This record gives sequence, structure tokens and C-alpha cells, in this order.
Amino acid sequence: MNRHLISAGDLAKDDALLILDTAEELARVSERSIKKLPTLRGRTVVNLFFEDSTRTRISFEAAAKRLSADVINFSAKGSSVSKGESLKDTALTLEAMGADAVVIRHQASGAPHRLATWVHGSVVNAGDGTHEHPTQALLDAFSMRRRLGGLDGRRVTIVGDVLHSRVARSNVLLLATLGAEVTLVAPPTLLPVSIDTWPCSVSYDLDAVLPKSDVVMMLRVQKERMNAAYFPSEREYSRRYGLDRDRFAKMPDEAIVMHPGPMNRGMEIAAEVADSPRSTIVEQVANGVTIRMAVLYLLLGGEIA
Amino acid sequence: MSDAAPDPRPDPRPDPRPDPRPDPRADSALDSRAVLEGPDIHRALTRIAHEILERTKGAGGVVLLGIPTRGATLARRLGDRIEQFEGVKIPVGSIDITMYRDDLRLRPARPLGRTDLPPDGIDGRIVVLVDDVLFSGRTVRAALDALNDLGRPTAVQLATLVDRGHRELPIRADYVGKNLPTAKSEKVKVFLDEIDGRDAVVLVKGPPAQRRTQEPAKGDAK
Repeated sequence: MNRHLISAGDLAKDDALLILDTAEELARVSERSIKKLPTLRGRTVVNLFFEDSTRTRISFEAAAKRLSADVINFSAKGSSVSKGESLKDTALTLEAMGADAVVIRHQASGAPHRLATWVHGSVVNAGDGTHEHPTQALLDAFSMRRRLGGLDGRRVTIVGDVLHSRVARSNVLLLATLGAEVTLVAPPTLLPVSIDTWPCSVSYDLDAVLPKSDVVMMLRVQKERMNAAYFPSEREYSRRYGLDRDRFAKMPDEAIVMHPGPMNRGMEIAAEVADSPRSTIVEQVANGVTIRMAVLYLLLGGEIA
Repeated sequence: MSDAAPDPRPDPRPDPRPDPRPDPRADSALDSRAVLEGPDIHRALTRIAHEILERTKGAGGVVLLGIPTRGATLARRLGDRIEQFEGVKIPVGSIDITMYRDDLRLRPARPLGRTDLPPDGIDGRIVVLVDDVLFSGRTVRAALDALNDLGRPTAVQLATLVDRGHRELPIRADYVGKNLPTAKSEKVKVFLDEIDGRDAVVLVKGPPAQRRTQEPAKGDAK
């Protein structure tokens, strides 16, 4: 494994499987009465969040604490960043405080990559702009594997705002490494221009793809990143690309529905579908803690290079 | 040590003179030899199973917990034997100690083994930890820490197939398959049929210029 986790594309198949297998064992810790392991005692994990986040930050915090690491939470609001401190100076401050790992979420794509050149500890990308969110892809793969048994040859359909989605990119890269067949479904305006270089196929017709899917992953429409009209109206988007009850019925009986959250209920996913037993949305949150424990353990648990 | 070759307690330091005779039980080269073969292991486990029954007066309330990988296999074998002898089925599980090791920072992060507790847990039970090789005692210390997070047994005992000495902590085994005097530089490899396709305990001579082995000889036989 690398010292950092910046992109899901950096993970070789063996690395990815090691993370998933480690998480499988750690999942049992969450079922015990004492949900804590002494492994990272004396290590410090800094959560450096320049962008709003609920589940990812809490999830990393819970993961680090279950491994007995010390956790320092830093959010840009109310810090020296609002006084104009640069990312590099912030990083050097954290370095001076002895951070063994920095978990960073930043609105700029590539920020974790830059950070990794400035600090000695491990850098974990917790979402950078519209680029990547590797631990989300890992927890999605973990959730799929737990439900479906394996990923090799499984057909995964990712639907929605691919253009603004770091989750989609990380998932495509990781799932391709793990041997799944990924199809992206989105309006042409919400696909990045370089899409033909991604290891996946593309479709504009959700109804045609649904019956051939083992997993359907709905993406959130990221209104906060939309500075132009990417589709005529929310209602039209929802009718063409939303997962409602009728579309849900077209999926194979064993197929599962995923969503990285937060959801726009009624827009990309109907409430009824989100709450069905074949939806893994709540599981994904629980699995998020487990997979982040696995990542922190594998990055920090051994000798530090 | 009933059945193995006579054990005259040789000097634990490695013999500097090369042995001119090829050992008939030589494992691969001259630098390794089998100290226990399949039947020896079989007899040792049978004896340990009887000793557990004797010491615990019929193994009531006993839980066998093996330390992965080979300890877990040995625990299953002991469980089968006890069932065979007394007709009682005792709970068998495994306890992974990786996250509790004191030498984690000396090597890259390791993959985890499986922790599988019996459904009734370990509270109020007599836990018998089972491992293949007892060396520094650090693995057992880690296992005791792990147990502490899993429940509160009435008593904890330790069974090991091979005790090779060189303890670094005040820990001893309650049930020993074979006491094997070794040099610190040597390695003890345990092969088990379920994992390795054969049963044997092999002593491998260490390199002449010895570095202190960080890792107890556990898990070497991958």
C-alpha cells in the first residue's frame, strides 16, 4: 500500500482486497460490547475539513477513535483559514502539532495531492472538489460485496450527476480494478468530456440498463456546484433519471440500490425506494466507519516509512 | 514428552560443527529437520485433550480459543478429540491478536486473522487459549489483552503444541505438546494438514550471524 490514499486509481487489486478483507474482520468489532481496539494508541489523526460534511467527518472521527487514536477536528469555518491562511501554512501548522495522518476534504480538486508533498504523515483524501472520494468507493465496494458475495463480473450502474461527482469517478476506478462492469447513465450535459477514457460504458437510457444491473447507485444532483442549466427542470430530470417505484420494479429481484448520501428524496430517488429492504443506504453509513478503520489501520498501524 | 525421540536436553546453542550424516528426516537441506511428525503431533494432541478433561473435570464450561492461523486449527482438533473421548461438544472459536501486538510498529501493517467467538461468549467460562508455538510469550500477552475486551472468563489456560523456550514475559503454558530446546536464532515451523497438506514440526537453523528475531516463529510456514 502507498503511504497516502489520494485516488482510488492508486489502489492495486491486492491493496483493495486487503482493505476490504481487513474491514470484514473489523466489522465484527462493531458488534462487540467494547467497540475499541488499542492499535493506534499514541497516534494523532487530524480531520481537516474545508467543506461541509456530516457523515464523512463523523465516520472518520469514529473510526480513528475506535482504534484509540487521538483525533483533532479542524473545520475551515471559525479557523485562521477565514483570516486568509493558505493551505500550505495550515498544513505546516498541523505538521508541527505532530499529525500522523491528515484526513482532508477540500473544495478544490487536487488539494490532497498538494498536501501530501508538504506533510510527513499519511494523507487521506476525504473528497476533493469534483475529483475523488476513495473511501466512499471502498465502502460502496464493501457494501456490494457483503450483499452480493463478490464483485467480479457484477454489473454496476451509476446514475446521475457524474460531472460533479467525485464518488462516481472513484467508484468507476475501484470497481474496474475489482473486476466489475460499470455503466454510467446520465444526461449528456452531466458527463465529463473525458468520459471515453474512463474504464466503463455510458448510456443515456436508464430504463434499458436497469434490467441488466446487479447494483444501481444513484448520485445526488449537486445543485451547489451547478453554475449553469444542465437540465431543463428538476421535474424533467426526475422523470428521465430518477429511480421511482416503476423503475425499481424493472430491476432484477436480487439487485440492490445504493446512494452515497445526502439524498434528495423525490428527485433522484423516491422515498419508497430509498427505504426498501434492497436499499443499502443505511448500511453504507455503518460500513463507512468500518472501511475507514481498515484504511487508518493499514496506513498507520505498521511501521511508518 | 512420551513418544518423541529421547530428549537429552542438549545445549540450546547451535552446534558449530556441521553434522556429517544426512539426517534421514531432513526437511529440505541440512539446515532444517523435522522434530515432530504426523503421529507425534497426533499423540501430543490426544494427551493434551485428556489433560484438559482431567484438569477441568470433564471440560464443563470450557471454551477453546485458537490463535490464528494454526492455533485455530489445533483448537478445532482438540475440540474434536474431547468430543470423541467424553461425548461432550465444547465450544471452539478463534481469537485474532494482531491489533493487540506490541510489535506492530516494527513491521508494515499486517492482515488481520479471524476472531470467532462461540455464540454464548466467554463470560464465566474457562478459556483455553491454543497456539502452535510458545516462544517469547508476547502473543499470549496480546491474547490476554484481547480477551479482556471480549468478556470476563473465570479462568484462562494456555495450551501449546511446542514450547521452544526463550520467554520474555512471565507466562507459562498449562498444556504442552513438546518442550523443544532451541537456539534463539532457530525457527520453529509448524505444518498442519488442513492448511499445509501435512503434519510436521520443523526446526530450521538460523543464519550464522544472528539478528534478533523480531517476530516469534509464529506464522512462518505460509
